Amino acid sequence: MLTIWAILIDGLIYASWLFLVAAGLTVIYGVMRILNMAHGSLYALGAYASASSIGWYYASGGDQLWIAFALLAGCAIVIGAIAGFIMERGILRLMYGRDEVLMLIVTFALLLILEDLMKLVWGTTPYFAYQPYAALGRFNFGVLTVSGYQIMVVGVSVVVGTILWFWLERTRTGKILRSIIHDREVSEAMGVNVRRMFTMTFVIGASLGAIAGGVTAPIISVVPGIGVEVIVVAFAVVVTGGLGSITGAAIGALIVGLARAASIHTMPELELFIIYAVMALVLIFRPNGLFGQATARKI
Amino acid sequence: MMRLQKTEILLVVTALALGLSSLISPDWLVFTSTLAVAAALVVMGVVMLMRAGLISFGQGLFYCIGGYAVGLGGRFLGVTDALALVGMGIVATVALAMLLGLLLTRYREIFFAMLTLAFSMILYGILVKSHGLGSTDGFGVVDWSILGYQPDQGDESATGLWLAVVLALAAALFLNRYFQSSLGLACEAIRENEVRVEYMGISRRQVLYINYVIAAALGSIGGSLTALTAGHVDPTMAYWTISGEFVFIALLGGTGHVAAPFIAAFIFILVRTYAVELFPNSWQLILGVVLLLIILFLPKGIWSLFTRKQRAQA
Amino acid sequence: MTDILKTEGLSRYFGAVVAAEDINVTITDGEIVGVIGSNGAGKTTFINMVTGYLPPSSGVINFDGQRIGRLGPRKLMRRGLARSFQIPQLFLELSVLDNLTIALSAAEGRQLNMIRPVRTPERISAADAILEQMNIIQYRDEMVTAMPQGARKLLDIAIAMLGDPKMLLLDEPTSGVSTDEKYTLMDTVMEVVRRRGLTVLFVEHDMEIVQRYVTRVLAFASGVVIKDGAVDEVLADGQVQELVTGKRHQPQTEQGDV
Repeated sequence: MLTIWAILIDGLIYASWLFLVAAGLTVIYGVMRILNMAHGSLYALGAYASASSIGWYYASGGDQLWIAFALLAGCAIVIGAIAGFIMERGILRLMYGRDEVLMLIVTFALLLILEDLMKLVWGTTPYFAYQPYAALGRFNFGVLTVSGYQIMVVGVSVVVGTILWFWLERTRTGKILRSIIHDREVSEAMGVNVRRMFTMTFVIGASLGAIAGGVTAPIISVVPGIGVEVIVVAFAVVVTGGLGSITGAAIGALIVGLARAASIHTMPELELFIIYAVMALVLIFRPNGLFGQATARKI
Repeated sequence: MMRLQKTEILLVVTALALGLSSLISPDWLVFTSTLAVAAALVVMGVVMLMRAGLISFGQGLFYCIGGYAVGLGGRFLGVTDALALVGMGIVATVALAMLLGLLLTRYREIFFAMLTLAFSMILYGILVKSHGLGSTDGFGVVDWSILGYQPDQGDESATGLWLAVVLALAAALFLNRYFQSSLGLACEAIRENEVRVEYMGISRRQVLYINYVIAAALGSIGGSLTALTAGHVDPTMAYWTISGEFVFIALLGGTGHVAAPFIAAFIFILVRTYAVELFPNSWQLILGVVLLLIILFLPKGIWSLFTRKQRAQA
Repeated sequence: MTDILKTEGLSRYFGAVVAAEDINVTITDGEIVGVIGSNGAGKTTFINMVTGYLPPSSGVINFDGQRIGRLGPRKLMRRGLARSFQIPQLFLELSVLDNLTIALSAAEGRQLNMIRPVRTPERISAADAILEQMNIIQYRDEMVTAMPQGARKLLDIAIAMLGDPKMLLLDEPTSGVSTDEKYTLMDTVMEVVRRRGLTVLFVEHDMEIVQRYVTRVLAFASGVVIKDGAVDEVLADGQVQELVTGKRHQPQTEQGDV
C-alpha cells in the first residue's frame, strides 16, 4: 500500500517535470512539424544559465531567496529565447520545405554544436545550485518525505500548462497558431505570416525547454550530457500524448511519469524499457498517440 | 555462375590491398583501419535503410549486441573462435530485429527514426544498470582465435584486419548485387512512391522488414569486429550519439555506391582520432558544423562529387 | 459475356458529406466505359473504392465474380484489377527503365529476389517494347523528372497495364495534357487496349474524347449515377446536360447546325 502511494507521489512529481520538458517540444512540432532534437540542449542551457547565475549570486554574498528564484527563471528564459531565435533565424529557416527527417538531422547537428559550446563556456566540472532546493524544506506524508521544491515544480508545471492552454485556446495568436497546426498552406493562403509565427513558436518552445532546465538545476548537478538524456524521455511523452498536442503532452507526462515511478519502485533496471513499452502499447491502439492528428490521404 | 562486375573486381582488389597493408603499416594504423572497416559495415546498414527512405538513429542497438555477444561469448561461454562469436552476435541480432521489425515497419520518417533511437537507449539503460556486466565500465574481451589459428604476439592486429576485410568484402559484394536486385530496387521505389508500390502488388511491409533485418545483421558484424579489435565492450556502444555518428558517416559518403561508406568511415575515424586528441571539447562542434554543411551543400554525400565529375566529362 | 465488375448499393460518406450513394453498376467483359461528372461528383471516390484504396461505407463490390470488400490495392492487382492515376504516380528519382523493370518484376508474381539483377535481358526488352508502343522510348534512361506531363501519364498508364489485368481503370488519363497531345495519348492507349481486349473504365472531362472512344457512359452528379447507357443517349439527356456537360450534345453522325 505504501508503495502505491510512493508511486503515485513520485509519479506526479516526475510527470510535472516531464510536462515542463515536453511542452516546448510538442508545441514546436505541432506548429512547425520539426522534432527538435536540440531541445535537450536548450534544457541544458537553461540549467547551466540558472545554476551559474544562482551560484554567482550566493558567492557574491546574496541571500534573498526571491532574487535567486528570479535569476533562475529570468536567466533561463532569456538564454532559451536568444538561443532559440538564433537557431531558427540562422539555420532552420534555410531548411524549410525539406523533408521532416532531414530537419531532424539538422536539429541533431545543432545538438552536437550546442553540447560542445556549453562545454567550452562552462567547462566540464559540475555546477551546483542547491540553495533554492534546500530553502524550501521537506514535508512528511506519513512515512514518505517530499521536498518542498518538488511540490513547487508541480505547481510551476500546472501554471505553465494553464498559461499555454489559455494562450492557445483563448487568445488570437493562439488561434492563429492552431490554424497553422491544422493546415499550414491554408493558413498562409489566408494571410497568416507563417514565417513570423514560426520564429515566435520556436522561441517560445526553446524558452520552455530552457525553463524546464532552469527549474531542474537546483535538484541535480549540472554537467555535460544532461540534455542528451532528457530528449529520449521527452520523445516518449510527446509520442504517447500525440505530437503537437499540449493536452497530449500533459496526459502523456502523467502516463509516463506513473509508469516510470512504478518501475523505479519495482524493477529499476527496466525504467526506460517500461516507459517505451507503455508508449508502444499506446501506439498499437492509437498509432498517432492519444491526441495526435492522423495524416491526410495522398491520392 | 555469375560473372564479377567491374565494381566487384575493384572491391576485391581494394580488399586485398587493405589486408596486405598490414604488412607495412604501423600497428596503430592497422588498428584504426580495422575500426574503420567495422564502422563501415554498420554504416552500410544505415545506407540500406536510407535507400528505402528511412533514417535509423538506432543501429547502435545491433552494434552493441554484436559487441556484447563477442564479450559474453568469450567470458561466460568460453567460446574463443572469432567466427563463432560473430555468428552468435548475428543470431541474437537477427532474432531481435525480426521482433522489432514487426513494429518498426509500420512507421516512417520521424517516428521510425525516434523509435529506433529509443530501442537502442533501452538497451543502454539495461546495460548501465546491470552490474554483473560491469555497468558503465563494460568488460574486456578474451583473446580469440580463428578456426584454430592463434595469432602470435605481433600479428594480432593484422589478423583482426584480415578478418574485418574478408567479412566486409563479403558484405560489400552482397550489397552490390542487392542494390541492383528487385528487392533492392523495391526499397528505392518505396522511398519514391509508396502508393504506386502498393498498386504494383508489392508488399511494402515485407520488403522493408527484410531490408531492416539485413541492415541489423550488418550492424552486428560491425559491432563484433569492433569488440574483437578494441578488446573491450561497454554500454556506450548503444548510446544514441554513436548511432548518430553512423548516420553522419552515411551522409558524408552518400548512398550512391557500395564503396562510399568505406571511404567516409576512413575519413571519419582518422579525423576523429586526431580531433579528439587536439580538440576534445570541440570535436562534436566540428561534427555538427560539417553535418550542416553537408546537408546544405552536398546532400548526396561525397560520392556525388565523383559522379558529378563523370557527368561533366561525358 | 461475363460480368467483370458489379457494384450493388455502393456508398461512401465522410461525416455528413455524401461522396457516393447507392451506386449500382455492372460492367461486362470487353466494354469501354466512360465516366463523366463535374468535380466532386464522386468519380474518383468510386474508383478509389473499387480499387480497394478507400473502404466503402456500405454496399457490395464484385470483381470477376468474387466479393472484394476488404481487399487492398495490392491483392486486387493480383486478381487483375489495375488503375492509373490522375496525377501520375511514378518513381521520380529512378530512371524510366527502372520504373518499368521494377513493375515488370512485381507483375511476375514471384518473391522478389535479393541477388539476381532486376534488369534482366527479358525485362529490358519487354520494357523497351512497352516504351516503343507508348512512343516514349526516348526517355528510357532519363529520370522521370525529365519527362513532360503527357509522357508521364503514358508511363503511368503503361505500368498499370503490366501484369495482364482483366480490367483497367483510368483516372482522367488526359488531364494535365495539352490539347494537341490528348488524341495521340488516347489513340496510343486505346490501340493497346484493343489489341489485348482489355475492359476499360475511364474518367474523363473532355466530351469529345468520351464520344470518340467509348460505347457506354456513366454520368455522376453529387455522388449518384444519374444516367447509365449508350454515349449518344447519355450526352443528349437533359439532366446530364444540366449537371455535367453544360451544353447541348452534338451527335457525331449529324451534319450542320442543330
